[in-house]
Amino acid sequence: MPHKKQDFIDQNLQDLNNDGVDRRGFLKCMAWAGAGLVWTMSGGIPVSRAFAKSSAKDAGVAADFSFVQISDSHIGFNKPANPDVTATLQVAINKINAMPDRPDFIIHTGDLSQLSKPSEFDTLDQALKGASAKQIYFVPGEHDMLSDNGEQFLERYGKGTKGTGYYSFDHKGVHFVGLVNVANLKAGGMGSLGHEQLEWLEDDLKGRSASTPIVLFAHIPLWTIYPDWGWGTDDSEQALSYVKRFGSVTVLNGHIHQIMQKVEGKVSFHTAMSTAFPQPAPGTAPSAGPMKVPADQLSKVLGITDVNYLVSGRSLAVVDSPLGA
Amino acid sequence: MTRKNIWIASLAMPVMIAMLLMFAGPRSVAANDQPSAATAAVKIDNFVFGPQTITVPVGATVTWTNSDDIPHTAVSTDGVFKSKVMDTDEKFTYTFTKAGTYPYYCTIHPKMTGKVVVQ
Repeated sequence: MPHKKQDFIDQNLQDLNNDGVDRRGFLKCMAWAGAGLVWTMSGGIPVSRAFAKSSAKDAGVAADFSFVQISDSHIGFNKPANPDVTATLQVAINKINAMPDRPDFIIHTGDLSQLSKPSEFDTLDQALKGASAKQIYFVPGEHDMLSDNGEQFLERYGKGTKGTGYYSFDHKGVHFVGLVNVANLKAGGMGSLGHEQLEWLEDDLKGRSASTPIVLFAHIPLWTIYPDWGWGTDDSEQALSYVKRFGSVTVLNGHIHQIMQKVEGKVSFHTAMSTAFPQPAPGTAPSAGPMKVPADQLSKVLGITDVNYLVSGRSLAVVDSPLGA
Repeated sequence: MTRKNIWIASLAMPVMIAMLLMFAGPRSVAANDQPSAATAAVKIDNFVFGPQTITVPVGATVTWTNSDDIPHTAVSTDGVFKSKVMDTDEKFTYTFTKAGTYPYYCTIHPKMTGKVVVQ
């Protein structure tokens, strides 16, 4: 089974990397996301299977709790392919509220706003107030730290966090760590966690049982997807070395506005769709700028990620669903 | 206050004359053999500063224009200049008064780097 999953991922990555069929590969990946897939981590061994319903329960998986990841809402963006990012965020929230099992909380993996404007944050807050899950955990994207080194972000969404806004919390036996890799970026580099945060992370994980499921979440991917576009984090290797001894590690990121997955040992990497606009598959466009798609296709390339946790197998199942499923 | 006012008044006439001369100035410069040397443009397009390296004379003013749908910055690696965030079609200008090489980057997308060479 693990081999099957790896083949599946390889196939998808291959589709994305093939010249000439990149776009088709991308859409295929999205279609596959539309069909839904459960990712189960059982005793550190990842297992996948097709999944057509929107609830883990419907698929016969008894989830002990679930949470939803949303990402890259870019409130304030108003250009093609999405002149109304507030409306698509609202669709995402409606989708969350329609889930048969109410998620315990929401994680937003950054780029809440387009330009870090107070009015943009206000609009986001107003929309999220309507979500069924009241507890929302945030990490900033680079768009949330413009002009003021993230001061405003920290004041609004990072109360009680350390340094540039990193923190950890426990929920029903799972240890969650929110990391910031968009602050103090160096010329020519990619995302960066920095020495201080790495030291804190090492200390935070120290003394925890290796059987504790770990969820790391940050804006920029913590694995190198495409260095030319800065889609990676320069010092993520160091961070990942601290989680090596754990039996189940799930890494959730945003930033690239598309689904990418990779399994490396006991670590499962996953990036989420945006609620605002899609971005091209790596290397398939002159730059990582917003990808323009026909209006009727937009809801297929935007979406949310539902994560179900099963205590029995100490496993996490990740399900992506596009807004227009 | 009074002393300051007198001081300003005593300066008013020479200042006005100086301003008149300054307004007249560019015309004579424009008639010179290097009319375009004083300004240069860098266009930000598809997450690239173009041209990536720009060479200008001392005193030149460089204007960056963001043509992307995504905001960018142009910030000197050595802290010499720092643009505000440039949204689509927004500009930033800086006048280079000293010879030297000025590497810079976009603090939002640090893979984007460029260089201004002032000779």
